[in-house]
Amino acid sequence: MEHIELFFKSIFIDNMVFATFLGMCSYLAVSKKVSTAVGLGAAVIFVLAVTVPLNWLLDQYILQEGALSWLGEEYAAYDLSFLSFIMFIATIATMVQLVEIIVEKFSPSLYNSLGIFLPLIAVNCAILGGSLFMQSREIPTLGLSLTYGIGSGIGWFLAILAIAAIREKIRYSSVPPALRGLGITFIITGLMAIGFMSFGGMLTGGDEEKKETPKVEAKIEKEELKKEEAKEIVADNLNTNKQ
Amino acid sequence: MGLLSKKDAKLITDPLLDNNPITIQVLGICSALAITAELEASIVMSVSVMFVLGLGNVVISLMRNIIPSKIRIIVQLIVVATLVIIVDLVLKAFAYELSKTLSVFVGLIITNCIIMGRFEAFALGNGPWRSFLDGIGNSVGYGLILIAVGFFRELLGSGTLLGIKVLGDPIEKTGLYAIGYENNGFMLLSPMALIVVGIIIWIQRTKNKSLIEEN
Repeated sequence: MEHIELFFKSIFIDNMVFATFLGMCSYLAVSKKVSTAVGLGAAVIFVLAVTVPLNWLLDQYILQEGALSWLGEEYAAYDLSFLSFIMFIATIATMVQLVEIIVEKFSPSLYNSLGIFLPLIAVNCAILGGSLFMQSREIPTLGLSLTYGIGSGIGWFLAILAIAAIREKIRYSSVPPALRGLGITFIITGLMAIGFMSFGGMLTGGDEEKKETPKVEAKIEKEELKKEEAKEIVADNLNTNKQ
Repeated sequence: MGLLSKKDAKLITDPLLDNNPITIQVLGICSALAITAELEASIVMSVSVMFVLGLGNVVISLMRNIIPSKIRIIVQLIVVATLVIIVDLVLKAFAYELSKTLSVFVGLIITNCIIMGRFEAFALGNGPWRSFLDGIGNSVGYGLILIAVGFFRELLGSGTLLGIKVLGDPIEKTGLYAIGYENNGFMLLSPMALIVVGIIIWIQRTKNKSLIEEN
């Protein structure tokens, strides 16, 4: 249940692009065609799924305050969390290099179409942002960090797929000249983000929860009233019996 | 400007408008949008980026002849990460509240494309002084957009500027609120940042027709 909740939360509510604007640069640059968008989106899912758990391990066993206690008593006091930026980015850069080698080996056509953007995944804010949010939201277990990585990757994938499809269609409509290209993409993304905000109530139950609480209280009050009435009736009965 | 030749001055003035990193080069948008709900946060962010980009450009430019091109990305990342850690620690020490508002976005300066973009495009091929000017110029261009977005979002969203109530008090109904003005809370939500930047791009391209894109 915990996993499902975090999974959907990271796809829809905390969507990387629409809620926190991470990875906007490649989102805007690579979203002209659906096919390249799919390739980059898949690469982002993969890299996030690998780097977030890896960085979770680093954070848990090396960087956090007291994390080094597995080395021995005298290391327990160290707090290396100021090094987390540099450790995370080094992990990410290495993993991206690995993905690049794998993609070049198995799918040269995808490698050609992604071109310059594959090495740029290393500096895609979505990847580092995934790890930093994982750290600041204090995700408790390795499994959950994997879920979080995959979920936010899929969220990013969905976003870039949607905008690429819209941009392919918008070519045929008459946009004001000064808005063409970048401007209209910004505004569409803004409108999509407003749409995605409606997912906010999905897991909390939104307004229902607020309405429920007074109902419960009212029920309790009614029950108490009933009890008091019953007591009075019983007392009356007793009195009448005595008389 | 006696210090700067004409060519050098162009390095600073170009990125301000016609080659603005956000609206024309499409670099560094991630952090530009998320933290602009308040003017103060935008200003701090711009100054941080100026520090990192200015110094980083100089460091990379000094090392440009000894960095093997195969591992240049990781070298650049390490240089940026070191500078950003300095910024993060300084912010935590002197402006703790603000560093909480900026949260992970200070760390995300590392992956701000504007920095890697300028390293790749400029610092790797130019001397330290010119790279420094380029860094300052680009970060000022970036800061201009950030501050403009932050200004409108804070003014229209909460009726304040840098926390000072410039439009009067909404609760006691003074100033503009006396005649029925209401804050537009929508401006504080993140999607509006995108739309404000979109409108800035629109205005800029209407004024300068040569920037209009084909499609």
